Amino acid sequence: MIKITVDMDKCQHYGQCVFEAPEVFQLNADDKLEYKAEAPDDMLADLEAAADVCPMQAIFLSKE
Amino acid sequence: MTDAPLLIVGASMAGLRTAEGARRAGYAGPITFLGAEAHAPYNRPPLSKELLQTEGQGHADVAFPIRSALEEGVEWVLGRAATALDVERRVVVDETGQQHPYSALVIATGLRPKPLPIDDHGLGGIHVLRTLDDAVALRSVLRPGANVVILGSGFVGCEIAATAAKNGATVSVVSQSRVPLQRALGPQLGAELRRRHEAHGVRFFCGESLFGLVGDPNVERVILTSGVMLECDVLVVAVGSDPNTEWLQGSGLDVSDGVLVDAGLRAIGTDGTVHPEIFAVGDVARYPNPLFDEVPRRVEHWNLPTETGKRAGQLIAAQLAGDDCAPLVDQGFAPLPSFWSDQYDAHVLAFGMTYLADRSELVAGSLDDECVLEYYRGDELVGVCGIGMRSLVQSYRTRFAAPARA
Repeated sequence: MIKITVDMDKCQHYGQCVFEAPEVFQLNADDKLEYKAEAPDDMLADLEAAADVCPMQAIFLSKE
Repeated sequence: MTDAPLLIVGASMAGLRTAEGARRAGYAGPITFLGAEAHAPYNRPPLSKELLQTEGQGHADVAFPIRSALEEGVEWVLGRAATALDVERRVVVDETGQQHPYSALVIATGLRPKPLPIDDHGLGGIHVLRTLDDAVALRSVLRPGANVVILGSGFVGCEIAATAAKNGATVSVVSQSRVPLQRALGPQLGAELRRRHEAHGVRFFCGESLFGLVGDPNVERVILTSGVMLECDVLVVAVGSDPNTEWLQGSGLDVSDGVLVDAGLRAIGTDGTVHPEIFAVGDVARYPNPLFDEVPRRVEHWNLPTETGKRAGQLIAAQLAGDDCAPLVDQGFAPLPSFWSDQYDAHVLAFGMTYLADRSELVAGSLDDECVLEYYRGDELVGVCGIGMRSLVQSYRTRFAAPARA
């Protein structure tokens, strides 16, 4: 599994990650970011794409 | 020559994303980064914001992580600028005279700030902001109470103004535009952002330029074209950028405004030939975007180094594997430009090419709070920009497509 961490002090809820990996990242009804803390290994490319497009570079990925 | 590496000139975000893209697409051979800056690739937007206001922050706070795909087979040659390209011999020469042969070349040399438009008389206290070293130097003089004059009211100028004002400096912005950020955001949103800056004590001198500087050995005052004189301990020049293409002069590539490339991000010569082993990515690349029209442009938005890098990486892997690149090129390249800016509590997010617009229209919210504006060129939607209201702004992603052109 891949562990996903978002630095919520940095996150400004731009939502760019949502477009790259909607299975993991969502904007809720208040336009605030919600995300799953784990995802299967085959999602690595999408998750890296989501981390790449984060304006605040607040998304961190690690292997479990 | 089959042992020659993929050579990436410019250890930048675009260069890094290109290398990652090539690895992802199957290229397992050697990669060399040749970078003029002493630093491994880092993220530039914090240089005008967090890093500029936080004493002690440095490269580690803005560096991009180097992923496992690039842990092996990658050589970093940093602190050395490229000075020449020999297309025939497939060699780049650096400032020490060392020759770097390549199997494929990526031009990712980016931009540098335009200089002060008037004679600086060798005065100290004049700054630009592009690199990490620039930011550290500027941070050391943005003290509370310092008189800071910023020439230029684009994103870099406005973000520095916001950071300096938050740090307790006395900030003046001098700009030839009628409102700040006019070119990118139009008069409505530009005026609103001016209002927000003014609420934090920033003064604007619009429709103005610099006439002269006074001081010795450091700048002490600036004189505007209207005759107004401003106290000035720190002068920041933020009047746009020029592409770093001098090293490509005489190479035969079209570098009339950045590096002209095709839909595969492959460099085009002055004679119109495509060089299948030379690519340009990031701010330095000039290409048409069929979402909007057929005019090749350099677009300096933050997401495009990543988009161009990923795209070039795919092509490079195919080219170096000896595959036919034509099908990939024929898919076309139509990335949706996106930019964002943080100034005080205004977090601005935009999609499209807002600065192609001739008018903007407020479609949701109110300017002094959260809002969304649409940008039109004639009847064609070319951009959207919002303060807050993220879901609505994000919903525009699929709405850009140039009308069929006869």
